[in-house]
Amino acid sequence: MSTTAAKRGAGRPLKNYTSFGQSVRNSLTMAYRGLLKIRRTPEQLFDVTLQPILFTLMFTYIFGGAISGSVSDYLPVIIPGILVQTVISTSIVTGVQLREDMEKGVFDRFKSLPIARIAPLAGALLADTVRYAIATLLTFVMGYIMGYHPDGGLGYVAIAGVLVIACSWAVSWIFAFFGVIARTASSVQGISMIVLFPLTFLSNAFVPVDTMPGWLQWFVNINPISHLVTAVRELANTGTVGPDLAISLIGAAVIVAVFAPLTVRAYMRRT
Amino acid sequence: MAARYGNAEAEKDGGWAVEARGLVKTFGDNRAVDGVDLNVRAGSIYGVLGPNGAGKTTTIRMLATLLRMDGGSARIFGYDVEKEPQIVRQLIGVTGQYASVDESLSATENLVIFSRLLGLGRAEARRKAAELLEEFGLTEAAKRPLKQFSGGMRRRLDLAASLIAQPPLIFLDEPTTGLDPRTRAQMWNTIRRLVKTGSTVLLTTQYLDEADQLADRIAVIDRGRVVAEGTVDELKASVGNSLLHLRIEDQGDIREARRIVEQVLQVRSSASAEAGKITAPMAETGRVTDLLIALRGAGIHLAEISVQKPTLDEVFLAITGHGVKENESPESEKSNVAEVASV
Ligand SMILES: Nc1ncnc2c1ncn2[C@@H]1O[C@H](COP(=O)(O)OP(=O)(O)OP(=O)(O)O)[C@@H](O)[C@H]1O
Ligand SMILES: [Mg+2]
Repeated sequence: MSTTAAKRGAGRPLKNYTSFGQSVRNSLTMAYRGLLKIRRTPEQLFDVTLQPILFTLMFTYIFGGAISGSVSDYLPVIIPGILVQTVISTSIVTGVQLREDMEKGVFDRFKSLPIARIAPLAGALLADTVRYAIATLLTFVMGYIMGYHPDGGLGYVAIAGVLVIACSWAVSWIFAFFGVIARTASSVQGISMIVLFPLTFLSNAFVPVDTMPGWLQWFVNINPISHLVTAVRELANTGTVGPDLAISLIGAAVIVAVFAPLTVRAYMRRT
Repeated sequence: MAARYGNAEAEKDGGWAVEARGLVKTFGDNRAVDGVDLNVRAGSIYGVLGPNGAGKTTTIRMLATLLRMDGGSARIFGYDVEKEPQIVRQLIGVTGQYASVDESLSATENLVIFSRLLGLGRAEARRKAAELLEEFGLTEAAKRPLKQFSGGMRRRLDLAASLIAQPPLIFLDEPTTGLDPRTRAQMWNTIRRLVKTGSTVLLTTQYLDEADQLADRIAVIDRGRVVAEGTVDELKASVGNSLLHLRIEDQGDIREARRIVEQVLQVRSSASAEAGKITAPMAETGRVTDLLIALRGAGIHLAEISVQKPTLDEVFLAITGHGVKENESPESEKSNVAEVASV
């Protein structure tokens, strides 16, 4: 019986699993699809372009004097903070769009194709790193225009940027998970904001930790976002690699290790 | 019967492209599919006919690994749908009821991406896309975003996307709904051509006419159950090539009139909800004369008589004892004509 079937299967042997290589290839193809979609609907990029520009301007000029005495002194503090906050919150969009996308008929076709089950998810997430890259670039450029000249130099700034993009990609698996399990796109937005808002604001992103009450300091200091912000500050401002970099990367790896399988399983259960 | 592809091997395996046993799917307490059996021979066109909400789409989605079944089992070319879904996916192409192509991309981009996902190389994928667009008459619109496509174009692209890997089994869920007559005829030709090249096609439709034109065998589904199954001819014979409608002047005569109709035509009739109306299948229109004579002999006066081709509604009325539109309220009067399933 298998020969019957194999005969039409374009000469490929039939197997009931997908190899790692195929999973990677499928994911890259799906990422290519994501990029094409972004190119076709550039208005999707509105948020990633506007938010860094707006937030950087607002926060710097509003808090600069109060927190650091002057805008120029505040820039090395706020730019890494804004960067992390902006890019991480951009990853919410990933979850929302995934939810919207999954409702479209084309996902039925993806499900009916003999491709790796993880590919439609991994591809979408991978394509969205383009958004993070745009947000990262714009934040640094805005900072530069306002007078932020990080001492770490271009190389370390680039490393800091890549770090933030990588961590945002990891975090986007959390929102992808919500995207898969939630019933509507707007509820994904809602849940994600509730998770993200405290995480980004209860951190050292905008203000020095030592002005906060003790119990809050405790949370702020264990908050992974704080570690990421510190890592970025060290890289960009002084060109040093500290323990916070390691903590951030480990945190990112843990998130992916937990949420990627959860998300894929939830995605498959929906079928 | 003609298992046109992989003949020897297919025959050894019974030649079944699809074997489904007791498929069940429940949504809440709605048994959308309630014990459906389907057997589709390799190399044939199989039609699943049924009204809105009958469970056609749900059945196809379960067979195509898109929906988990709650009961029963299904095999595609001998491979279990639940245990070996990834193999099954390598053997099928699915064109869903609603366009399963990417709205935000162009036709070429869609086909290239699906081709790449199916393992074709970059150049090969481009060539395949161009080839399919040509075949389906979409070359001119290839670069336009799908948002500007008409329903028919979208449908064709959808089908083209299902054919990239030349799958031996193709599911088509209402492939011609919403198409104009010319496009429908084109789609029919495409489907026939597919089967000529060795594919098996399982399609659903709401039109008896379409099943008639295309399908070698038909299953009629209603409320999640197969209510009749057979070749087109068998099904037609059960409903009659044409349907006789009678209206009796005096309602009191209806019992006697039905007896005469059944006796003369050698079929079972049904009395419809409308007062004094009798419907019966007819194999030969010539019998009508005999019937009229017999009725006059019995002193039964007719208000109206007509002989018509059966519509889907009437097929349903005949087979299930209730019409398509009133399928929410099962009629107590069961005058089943069709016992085709056992033929
Ligand atoms: N995802 C779902 N959730 C809940 N109920 C569903 C779902 N999909 C289908 N149903 C129900 O299952 C039944 C069968 O639906 P299905 O789509 O299979 O019918 P169909 O024969 O394809 O009808 P149509 O001709 O309108 O396409 C319907 O009563 C429908 O309301
Ligand atoms: Mg349907």
